[in-house]
Amino acid sequence: MIMMMILSRYFNSRTARRFVSTCSGHGWWDKVRVAPKDPTVKVNESFLADPFPHKINLGVGTYRDDDGKPFTPQCVGDAEAKINRYKLEETNSSEVSSKFVMESVKLAYGNDSFVVREGLYAGVPTLSGTGACRLFAEFQRNFYPDSQIHLPDPTWPNHHNIWSQAQIPVKTFHYYDPYTKGLDFDALISDVKNAPDSSFFLLHPCAHNPTGIDPTEEQWREISYQFKVKNHFPFFDMAYQGFSSGDLDKDAAALRIFVEDGHLVGLAQSFAKNMGLFGHKVGCLSVLTRDIKQAAAVKSQLEHIFHSMYSSPPIHGILLVTMILSDPTMKEQWKKEIKIMANRIRAMRTTLRRNLEDLDSSFSWEHITNQVGMFCFSGLTPDQVKYLEKQFHIYMSPDARISMAGVTPSNVNYLANAIHQVTRISEETSVCM
Amino acid sequence: MAIRNSLSGQLLRRTSAVAEARFMSSWFRSIEPAPKDPILGVTEAFLADQSPNKVNVGVGAYRDDNGKPVVLECVREAERRIAGSQFMEYLPIGGSVKMVEESLKLAYGENSEFIKDKRIGAVQALSGTGACRLFAAFQHRFHPNSQIYIPVPTWANHHNIWRDAGVPMKTFRYYHPESRGLDFSGLMEDIKNAPDGSFFLLHACAHNPTGVDPSEEQWREISSLIKVKGHFPFFDMAYQGFASGDPARDAKAIRIFLEDGHLIGLAQSYAKNMGLYGQRVGCLSVLCEDEKQAVAVKSQLQLLARPMYSNPPVHGALIVSTVLGDPELKNLWLKEVKVMADRIIGMRATLRENLEKLGSPLPWQHITNQVSS
Repeated sequence: MIMMMILSRYFNSRTARRFVSTCSGHGWWDKVRVAPKDPTVKVNESFLADPFPHKINLGVGTYRDDDGKPFTPQCVGDAEAKINRYKLEETNSSEVSSKFVMESVKLAYGNDSFVVREGLYAGVPTLSGTGACRLFAEFQRNFYPDSQIHLPDPTWPNHHNIWSQAQIPVKTFHYYDPYTKGLDFDALISDVKNAPDSSFFLLHPCAHNPTGIDPTEEQWREISYQFKVKNHFPFFDMAYQGFSSGDLDKDAAALRIFVEDGHLVGLAQSFAKNMGLFGHKVGCLSVLTRDIKQAAAVKSQLEHIFHSMYSSPPIHGILLVTMILSDPTMKEQWKKEIKIMANRIRAMRTTLRRNLEDLDSSFSWEHITNQVGMFCFSGLTPDQVKYLEKQFHIYMSPDARISMAGVTPSNVNYLANAIHQVTRISEETSVCM
Repeated sequence: MAIRNSLSGQLLRRTSAVAEARFMSSWFRSIEPAPKDPILGVTEAFLADQSPNKVNVGVGAYRDDNGKPVVLECVREAERRIAGSQFMEYLPIGGSVKMVEESLKLAYGENSEFIKDKRIGAVQALSGTGACRLFAAFQHRFHPNSQIYIPVPTWANHHNIWRDAGVPMKTFRYYHPESRGLDFSGLMEDIKNAPDGSFFLLHACAHNPTGVDPSEEQWREISSLIKVKGHFPFFDMAYQGFASGDPARDAKAIRIFLEDGHLIGLAQSYAKNMGLYGQRVGCLSVLCEDEKQAVAVKSQLQLLARPMYSNPPVHGALIVSTVLGDPELKNLWLKEVKVMADRIIGMRATLRENLEKLGSPLPWQHITNQVSS
């Protein structure tokens, strides 16, 4: 060891340095293998690498306009302009954060909700929806270390990673029925009943990702009732408020049913999609409490957790959202723009379904218009998904989730034809769909 | 009467049902408030104080001669340039490639061979805290039985970060209260006594909270000893530019370790030196043996980041890459960092002078010996 030190000092060359570093004891990261690529990232990269001029990206769930371009709502542009004139140096970030949380909570629970009126919630800004879920998972682990999380099958894949990383075992409950391409309601209720009392459940209040299938109001009431009987904890991940129906209040109906029924819910909100603020990472985590003392205690615990993760959330997106939500004109503008986005997606669903039916496809495509929100769970097989990619340069998630935001008037015919081709071939070779 | 009774009976039933429903479960009944962060607690107390003469020397955020927060001119210009960009899409999981490139140049050197050889696995992180936490999680995953040695004292949040990542902590001597300087022999002894191959957290410059940095000669000795012991050096560099006013000079300790062949880890923050506190911009880098390993390490860091926040925030990264990527703006930044550092150095001198003029019997040279905020 000493000999090597002397050698390295007197032969101060690159070779010597490399020699020393290799021999300095440890191959620190020898065991580190290349991690599997995130499936959405993989799809995106394949799409970007494809030189085919008519390729279509139906992978990632970011909104696109009729020309397939990213869309920044006007209200966001206006808010950005206002921020540039804002005296940044006088921004009191904790005041802004408090205002942000209050506006977010009003949006979710309703302006006149008793939760908001009486302050019966602990709320903090988070790193978008992912950050809100992770923060809750860590909080759940801290106070219910032996608990598990029940996730719908299927769900956004990152839910599995989030709770696993927080060291909470994951269970699943029935959700999607591949035969009807709809909700497997009976099995869902059965799983709710069979879970141990006081289990933690994750629910998508609207525009379920990836299936686009939401329970009806009647079904939500039944689920809420069964949750009460079993004393389960309902955690809602609301990433698409506004995208289901175009109406923010309607899309929060499930959440509000549970709150009316007396559940003390947890809620992750994201402004990534409905305000087009993807890169700004703006979200909110709220946990309802019995009283304001408990709310303060829970809030302090949540802050304690994220303090060691990132100290405080990024301010820019918080400023934008706060401005938009607290200015009545901007808020109205935003509501109109959400409606436009939701309507465009609904129109594309209708067109895609109609095109497929016009092609005399022998399959049923009504699930395309039955499902809501950003995604269509097409029901295509993995082989068909691969075929679409290789032969038609159409890219979607491996689970055949189609991001309807990627469908435009100029590519919907091509898409319909491609799907028709691939399902016809499968029919002819008797591959089940 | 019957109708009224029936209606009021219904109302009563519904009210009590609601009241009962509201309190039917109390998941978090027994939760106590978390302990307050000591530094943030100071700021809260300051804000609540009514005295016109109050002074806040608690939180480590730069203030100008009027006690006001400062937005750097280079940052304002960068904001103006990116204002119309409308780019709000998700960044890749690893963050802004441009920002990471510029950050590596700043820390490792413009012409660093490690950058040329692509030996650094690096990702954008949520400021210094995020970079440390991501590294702690990475350390825990690939060296699950390891511990982290942190200096006494250190930034309080270091304890929380490694603890919450599940990595046990040990400490090593650093501050010498009697001399108000570095306990160099204590430090070296602790490095020597730690089991071979331990992880050490070092402040690259402007140690927080002491302001006491090893001299260049001392850094060289620390580097040698760490090499002998095969320890892993992890640098937290939150104040590059603030110690001396010269970012290259402030990275000297890191450059010494690199010359000596260590495979370091490094957390960088732009909170203070670019005044981007609220934007949460930073960079985590891990120097690897070769490009292949760097690719693997980066992919694993991304795998850890995805279930934390999916991808990092875009705005601050755009500002940093705009400033550092434009020679004119970068020069402006270097001037402004020097102004901030000089103001602080000036205040140190004045404070010490005033105390000595007041005939204080206590020694105050540590005020000017110590560096940065």
